[in-house]
Amino acid sequence: MAAIAVGVPRVVDQFGLLQLTIFAAMCILALSLGVVWGYGGILCFGQSAFFGLGAYTYAVTAINLEESTVAVILSIMVPAVFAALLGYFMFYGRLSDVYLGVITLSVTLIFFNLMNSTAGDVYRVGTARLNGFNGMPSLPTLNVPGDPGRLLDPTETFYLVMAVLVIVYVGLHALLASHFGRVVVAIRENETRCELLGYDVRLHKLLIFTIGGGIAGLAGCLFANWGAFVSPNVFSLTMTSQIIIWVIVGGLGTLLGPIIGCLIMQYLATMLGTQQLANTNLIFGTIFLAFVLLVPRGLVPSLRRLGARLVGRAPARGLEPGA
Amino acid sequence: MSDAVLQTVDLSIRFGGVEAVRHVNFTLAERELRCLIGPNGAGKSTLFKLLTGQLRPTAGRILFRGHDITGDYTHSIARRGIGIKTQVPNLFDGLTVREHLWLSARRTNPAGRTREIVDEILERIGIASLANGAVGQLSHGLRQWVELGTVLAGNPELILLDEPAAGMTHDEVARTAELVRDINRTHALIVVEHDMQFVKMIARTVTVMHQGAVLVEDTMDRILENSAVRDVYLGKHGGA
Repeated sequence: MAAIAVGVPRVVDQFGLLQLTIFAAMCILALSLGVVWGYGGILCFGQSAFFGLGAYTYAVTAINLEESTVAVILSIMVPAVFAALLGYFMFYGRLSDVYLGVITLSVTLIFFNLMNSTAGDVYRVGTARLNGFNGMPSLPTLNVPGDPGRLLDPTETFYLVMAVLVIVYVGLHALLASHFGRVVVAIRENETRCELLGYDVRLHKLLIFTIGGGIAGLAGCLFANWGAFVSPNVFSLTMTSQIIIWVIVGGLGTLLGPIIGCLIMQYLATMLGTQQLANTNLIFGTIFLAFVLLVPRGLVPSLRRLGARLVGRAPARGLEPGA
Repeated sequence: MSDAVLQTVDLSIRFGGVEAVRHVNFTLAERELRCLIGPNGAGKSTLFKLLTGQLRPTAGRILFRGHDITGDYTHSIARRGIGIKTQVPNLFDGLTVREHLWLSARRTNPAGRTREIVDEILERIGIASLANGAVGQLSHGLRQWVELGTVLAGNPELILLDEPAAGMTHDEVARTAELVRDINRTHALIVVEHDMQFVKMIARTVTVMHQGAVLVEDTMDRILENSAVRDVYLGKHGGA
């Protein structure tokens, strides 16, 4: 991944580079749900809530401070803290999976409606006008820490986003290989057994959910930066269902899966956007259905199984998050 | 009281109109191996769920080494040192046998020592050849052993075994009885079992439960001669 990142700007034009930058940012978002759902077994239908919260936190802070460093840090912290609060009530309240799905989905839609109704001059945070459904344009983009006048150019931003993607990917690998990560996977497999072995299931779920929230917030920050723009659509049903589709298509229970799923679906979306023959959402829905019915494990696990069968051994699913 | 590992005081739980466990006063001494028998629905598994915090009693208290653990969370009771092999094995189907033991031992041991413990237990239970296979594909008998090994790897002071010999062949039952006796050299155990052959192999003191209450507590030989116990098992009970 790192090798590709270094070589790409030499062979791709400016437009291609911007495309890849946003793809990479979205891959980070896909990873956040990939770890929460695929490894933590937490059915979060509202991952976009943290993504959007990160984007808006960045926007508001960057406008007010006219500097991006603190804004980036807050764009991770605020969604993480919000995820921790929400998670506290859900996990310590012992809500079942179905309710988790409903609640997280409701939360993102509440944010969607809330931000949509902030049109007008009264809705401002400091010097930042929220602008309701029109969104917040002309956001200050990333600058070199400590030097607000020195903004990153598109190539530098591309390098940065790729580096963040690699760091998040490697970091999650390490996390899942750790004692904590292995317990998280064990909880997905059997909560009762984990409790009977003396592990606090609620706490572990809360922590992985919070980490997922922080990563989604970081992706939101990078997204807001990319277009120097954020609108309530970051909280929309389309947004949140997209993340779920990426993870389903790529494969639950892997880290590579959500990245692959995200890249394929975004590439498709870009291609389909250039034609008028068929409605993009219709095609996405069809792909989603096809995967749920025909390839329920998703691409990466299915291909891995196929490969294993060809080599003649059946690997145990689960704790080795090897890509 | 100080040398009792476990003591229950008037322990009861009621589900609606049914009192599944009624005023159970039960004491287990250090290094004791107690067999708990009784017909289906006698409240044996429910008692285990109360002891491990999976159910909260409606009345009574549970003391573990003198600490009142009544109403504590399952995981904090486990941390105090009570391990359980449940009736239907609770396993991580997607994980390997080795992972099970690792997760159990790693909570209280550093990584290096954990690896040693895992290898020791695999050897001791005799499942080393299955170590790297996924648990989901194993037979019921082997799953029982994996769960037993998982409990052992955590080295709890008190081990509860709910029907450890169910689904096993005759040889496997004998092997399990041998294991239980071996474990008993260092640990206190309570074993729920229907298989009387198995109970005879391991039992010293036996507690018989019936309709949620303790019917009688005695040595295995005298239990076998007890007419009340025979009536309960053959369904000829009068009065209750």
